[in-house]
Order: sequence, then structure tokens, then C-alpha cells
Amino acid sequence: MTISVKPQQTGEPLFYLADEHPHPEGWSTSLGFWIYLMSDCLVFAILFATYGVLGANYAAGPAPKDLFDLNLVAINTSMLLLSSITYGFAMLTMQQGRVGATQAWLAITGLFGLAFIGIELTEFAHMIHEGATPQRSAFLSSFFTLVGTHGLHVSFGLVWLVTLMTQVWRFGLIEANQRRLMCLSMFWHFLDVVWIGVFTFVYLMGMLR
Amino acid sequence: MSSPDLIKLIFGRLTLESLPLHEPIVVGTFAVVATGGLALFGALTYFRLWGYLWREWFTTVDHKRIGIMYMILGIVMLLRGFADAIMMRAQQAIAFGGSEGYLNAHHYDQIFTAHGVIMIFFVAMPLVTGLMNYVVPLQIGARDVSFPFLNNFSFWMTVGGAVLVMASLFIGEFARTGWLAYPPLSNIGYSPDVGVDYYIWGLQVAGVGTTLSGINLICTIVKLRAPGMTMMRMPVFTWTSLCTNVLIVASFPVLTVVLALLSLDRYVGTNFFTNDFGGSPMMYVNLIWIWGHPEVYILVLPAFGIFSEVTSTFSGKRLFGYTSMVYATVVITILSYLVWLHHFFTMGSGASVNSFFGITTMIISIPTGAKMFNWLFTMYRGRIRFELPMMWTLAFMFTFVIGGMTGVLLAVPPADFVLHNSLFLIAHFHNVIIGGVVFGAFAGIVYWFPKAFGFRLDPFWGRVSFWCWVTGFFFAFMPLYVLGLMGVTRRLRVFDDPSLQIWFIVAGFGAALIFVGIMAMLVQFAVSILRREQLRDVTGDPWNARTLEWATSSPPPDYNFAFTPVVHDNDAWWDMKRRGYQRPLTGFKPIHMPSNTGTGIILAGLATAMAFGLIWYMWWLAAVSFIALLVVAIGHTFNYHRDFDIPADQIVRTEDARTNLLAGAK
Repeated sequence: MTISVKPQQTGEPLFYLADEHPHPEGWSTSLGFWIYLMSDCLVFAILFATYGVLGANYAAGPAPKDLFDLNLVAINTSMLLLSSITYGFAMLTMQQGRVGATQAWLAITGLFGLAFIGIELTEFAHMIHEGATPQRSAFLSSFFTLVGTHGLHVSFGLVWLVTLMTQVWRFGLIEANQRRLMCLSMFWHFLDVVWIGVFTFVYLMGMLR
Repeated sequence: MSSPDLIKLIFGRLTLESLPLHEPIVVGTFAVVATGGLALFGALTYFRLWGYLWREWFTTVDHKRIGIMYMILGIVMLLRGFADAIMMRAQQAIAFGGSEGYLNAHHYDQIFTAHGVIMIFFVAMPLVTGLMNYVVPLQIGARDVSFPFLNNFSFWMTVGGAVLVMASLFIGEFARTGWLAYPPLSNIGYSPDVGVDYYIWGLQVAGVGTTLSGINLICTIVKLRAPGMTMMRMPVFTWTSLCTNVLIVASFPVLTVVLALLSLDRYVGTNFFTNDFGGSPMMYVNLIWIWGHPEVYILVLPAFGIFSEVTSTFSGKRLFGYTSMVYATVVITILSYLVWLHHFFTMGSGASVNSFFGITTMIISIPTGAKMFNWLFTMYRGRIRFELPMMWTLAFMFTFVIGGMTGVLLAVPPADFVLHNSLFLIAHFHNVIIGGVVFGAFAGIVYWFPKAFGFRLDPFWGRVSFWCWVTGFFFAFMPLYVLGLMGVTRRLRVFDDPSLQIWFIVAGFGAALIFVGIMAMLVQFAVSILRREQLRDVTGDPWNARTLEWATSSPPPDYNFAFTPVVHDNDAWWDMKRRGYQRPLTGFKPIHMPSNTGTGIILAGLATAMAFGLIWYMWWLAAVSFIALLVVAIGHTFNYHRDFDIPADQIVRTEDARTNLLAGAK
């Protein structure tokens, strides 16, 4: 029943690679990580959209003007932006192969990140103390969820940072570790970009309402 | 601490009363499942297969084995989902004239929810993902997917979700909300029990797996194609898989977020989807359909790809309109994001919004229609072989066009106001999902089965299954169109109007026919395994097919291709056959392959345990599993040696064995 195909002798072209080299390790990693970041971006997009729809539903409770302390938010924003700069320095020293300097810049990045999380938690604690809990209104539900999800991402990034610093300490700046540092770098800068959105749409525009 | 407190601390809200001992049907099912499970467990232990299963299957990173496991998961869950279906049909066929039927409301509501959830997430998704996993790397001439470990992990996360949904049958209960769990019904006030929590965590665990497998397959298709295979030389199934996985990555995060917000409402008491404190239940409906509509295209696009491969293979012709097929697929991918609101025209968003979404919905039928014509023109003047895959394809074309037309009808907002949530809608989406996705998956199974196992499926039992399924489908769903037009809404348990009963009896008869079809399919698998020597194919190309997966042996070796193929044409394997390709017999080199790892199944097991803890408020279990999850995941990153080389002499042995087989076949 199989119909055999008659070969046509037209000079046989190359049908396979006799001498091939496997794809280098991590050949797909940066593309894969970019796609993951885009899926994460969508997570934030939905949270922003939710905030956009529900963000003015105060349910007779506190509004942004009653709650936000822009000075604190400005300090917090600078912590995160500075951490992105120091991560950039870590990547530069990594490319020069300087293990000690890379580790130092990573540690500074981590401290800035920690400061960011600390300030954010202080702000949350203050708001909850004032009765502005996530349960109070749809505005506060969506506020805490959007800002908190970002904070969770940063916390996860910190765990990742410590893991990578341990790995660099134990195995040096080998290729696999460089690739991992590159992924975390993309993740870290991505969180920075998201924060600029949070800062603008939640805090600044919230104060204008 | 007093002992009730201690018990509450350990077991959360899980008590003996949570076990559905008062439901004789569930107890009976449990007895059967437990007996079957124990028998299986005993047999595996007796034949000492656990080690083999662990080493060769559970920990495998081979895309082919993972694909097969996805298919097994899908078929097992099909039995569960269908059991739910036939129970509903039986209930609706007898609950007339004051009869309450045999299912109480509490149980019936769980059944229709579980049926939808299982059929979409744990039948259709695994079948589609399984086929993509198995076929795509072979079609593009790759050795595996881009991230083989992630692939294993994704599979086990899907299993974890399925385990949670199955567990809800015997421990506690499942959601009684319908398959999309709309609030406020699904919120804590109206669904205080564990049902909705099973729903949420089952889907969250499985959803992680689906999203990661989407990323994985996109990378595979973009980065690992054989030399010469440009985008416009990719087989259509690979194209549709690419689009499907783009849809997965661009829609499943939405589901993750919306379910996370619902769980915040339920666990923390936030006000996203509540009726007071500024919440909006319609937000949920919008968000979940922003995922939900792309989801139906996630399922049907790969089926379109399968039909394209099958039509061109069994017509002995190059696919008609390859380029238009690709563009149609891409257009459907984009349009699938612009139609979500047609699921709730009755929300009341006004004439302009409804017309926009009505029009975009109708526009989708244009690329879909183009595809249909391409298949018809491929068959035109072809030498058509009516093998089983082709029969499923023809049944699809016939059935799907009807379903598509009723869909366009529903896209008209004024008509939808009448037909919204009626059985007409139920008939419509079963018409496209069974006629499109299920028939497509079956066509794919019979088409690629010989590739995966080296022998064909028995055609006689295949035809029995085919005719029962197709006629059963029409008997089961055509009456629902009629009932829907008469105004019967979905999810009803009892009826007053006795004149409706006959239609439900006909629908029940159709479901019984489908049951015979499913049984015939299981018989087909058994008979084929018994008759495997008669059905054996040693050529690796039993259908005289056209794409690269048929260039290698059946089943393919671990490394898929001893040498990476070079592609010169759309139908690469056809081109190779036509131009007298000679299989290389010497010059084999070691091949670099990823190693197996147990980390995927361990991580998924911990995630499932964490979900179980969260469902039952066993906070210690959730916390311990979460910490363990972090430790294992981080520990895994300290393993830098994740691959090995298959030595050249082993490849020589494998390839020589094939050479002998091929020589014997001539």
C-alpha cells in the first residue's frame, strides 16, 4: 500500500550534517528568559489593569492622598534605582572577570534591595496600623496586591541573588554562572521598570486624584 | 493545648465528616478506584516495575516519553470526565414529571463543574501538549526540547493539578460553581467549603506547568530548527504549535492572576470580586475570559495543524495554500485576543462595545474558512487514502463547519441575548471542541502512534470507535441545539415540561454511543498491542508521509536523528525521498544529551502537597512544603553536570540494528 517514491537522480544535495557541533550550553536560555519575563510582565499588566478599574473605589475609606507619603516613596524609589545601577556595575566587573569586585557590587545591590523591601514593609505596616488594610476597600485590595506582588518579586530576587553569590563564591565566574547572573540582571532591571510604572500610576497619579 | 485544638492544627478543616460517606455513588466509585489502584500497585510491585518506571519514565527528560505520558494522562482523565458526562445525561433524561432523578443537587453541581474543568484542563490540554511535545522536536529535526528538565517538571505539575482534582472526589468536595467559578458564587460567602479551593489550586499547580511548557516549546521551535528550515519551511503542525504556545504564554498568566485574586478574596478577605466595598464581580468575568477565549484557540490550533499534516499525507499532495495557512493561523492567534467579551454580551456593556466584539468574532470565521478551503483543495484531485486519520479529518470538516456556523450565529449580540447560557451554547461549543479538538487529537493519535511505538493501531476497532463517536456526537448534541432554541438553560437538574424529555433521551442515547466509542478505542489499544507483530512497521514511514519525523526509525532512538538533517523544502522528508536520499551508515559521532533527573517530580509533588495544605488550612503542611520546594529548587541549581554523551559505538549499534531491520523489510 505504500507508494514508493521514484528517486530522481539530480545530483544528491546535502541531506544531513556529517560533522556537526551541538548547540552550546545555554543556547536558548536568554530567549527563554525573555519570554518568561514577558509572561511576568503580563501578570503585572493585569494587576495594573485591576488597579486601574478598582483604584478609585474607596468605599468611603481612605484615599491615596490620606495614605501616601511621597517623601518615603521617593527614598524607596531611589533605593531600587540605585540597586539597578550597582547591578550594572556588577555585570561590568563580571565581564572583566573580577570575582571580588563582582561579589562586592552584588552585595551592595542586595543591600539596596533589602532597604527597598524594608521601607515598603514599614509603609505597609503604617497603613495597616491606620486601618487602611487590604480588606478595607477595593482600592486598597488592588493597591496592596500590585505593590505587594512587586515586593514579592524583589524578595525572590534577593533569595536568587544570595544563591548566585554562593555559586560564584564556590565555582567562580564560570560560563554557567555568568549566564545566571545575566538572567538575574534582566529580572532585576525588569522589576525596576515595573516599579517606575507603580511609582507613576499608583503614587504620583494617586496624589493628583 | 487541648486535643481538639491540636487536631485542628494538624488537619486544618479536614474532618471525618469531610469524607463523602453519605454519597453511595461516590463510595461505590471509590471502592472501584481503590480496588483498581491497589491491583495496579500490586502488579507493579510484583513485577518489580517501580525501579524501571522511575528510571526510564518518571525521571525522563526525553520529550518523546514525556509526550507519551501526557497522552496517557489525557486518556485516563477522559474516562473520568466522560463518567461525569454520562451521569449528567442520565440525570437529565430521567428527571421529569416530578422525578428528582438519582443525583442530589449538591452532587450534580459538582459533576458539571468537574466535567468542564477536567475535559478542558486535564483531557484536551494534556492531549494537545502531549502531541506537540512528541512531534514538534522530531518535525524540526531537533534532539530534544530547549529545556528538557523543565519539560519533565511541567508534565508533573500538570499531573499534580489532576491529582488534586481527583482527590476532591473522595476527600471533601469539588466546586459547585460551573467550570469558570464566577464570583460572587465562588467567593467565600457562598462557597465556604473546600470545593472552590480545590478548583483554584488544581488549576494554579497545572497552570505553572502549562506556562513553562509554552515557553519551552516556543524556544524549541525558534532556536532548535534543523539547518535550512526557515520559518516558511516549517511544517504546518509546527506553525500551529508555535502559535498555540505563544497564546499559552500570553494568556495563562492572566488565569494565574485572576485565580490568585480570587484566592486573596477567599483567604485574606480582600474585595476584588465582592459586591460591597468597591469590588466588581464582572472584573473576574472579564479577566477570566481574557484567558478563556485564547484557551479555546490554544486547543484547536494544534488540531488544525494535525488535520493539515493528515490531509496532505493521505491525499498524496503538498498542502494547498501553505502560506495562506500560516497567515490564517497567525491571524487567528491575534484575533483570539479581541473577542473575549462575546462570552457575556448580556453583561450590558452597551451597543457599541457589543457590536465591536460581535464583529471581531465574526471576522475569525474568515481565516478559519480559508483553512477549510485549503484542506478541501488539498484533497481535490488527490489520491485520497481513507485510513483512520483521514476519516477523523473528514468527520472534523463536516462537524466543525456546523459548529462554526452556530458560533457565528451566537456572535450576533441580539441573538446571543436570547441564547446566552442556553443549551444551544452548550451544543455549539461541544460541536467545535469535540468536532475540532477531540477528533483532531484522535487523528493525531492514530497518525503518530506507529511513530511512537513501531506498530499501527488496529483499523477495525478504530473504525468501530470512529463511527460510534461520530454518530454518537450527532445524537448527543443536535437535540441540545433544539432544546436551546426552545429556551432550556444549562446546568439544570430537574425539568417540569414533559414534552422536553424525548430530546434528553435522544441525547442520552448519543452519550451511550460515545461510551461505546471510547470503549472501542480502549479495545483498539489492547488489540493493537496483542497483534503488534502483524501491525509492525519497520520502515519508520508507514503512511508514506512528508515531514521529518518520518525520516527516523519508529520508535525513534533517544537522540532522534543520528545526524542532524538538512532541509531544502517544505515537505522535507518527501523531498529527501524524491531526490534519492541515502541513509548514512558510517561516520557516527558521540551525541550530547541531557541526563534524567528526579527533581521535576519531587518539586511537583511538593507543590501539590503545598496546595493540599492550603486547601484544607493545614498551614504547617503548606509552610513545610513551600520551604522544601525552595530548598530542592535551589539545591538543583548547584548541579552543573546535567548532560552526558551517548558514545559513538552505542549509536553504531542502534543504527546497525535499524539497517538490518530495513534490509529484512525489503
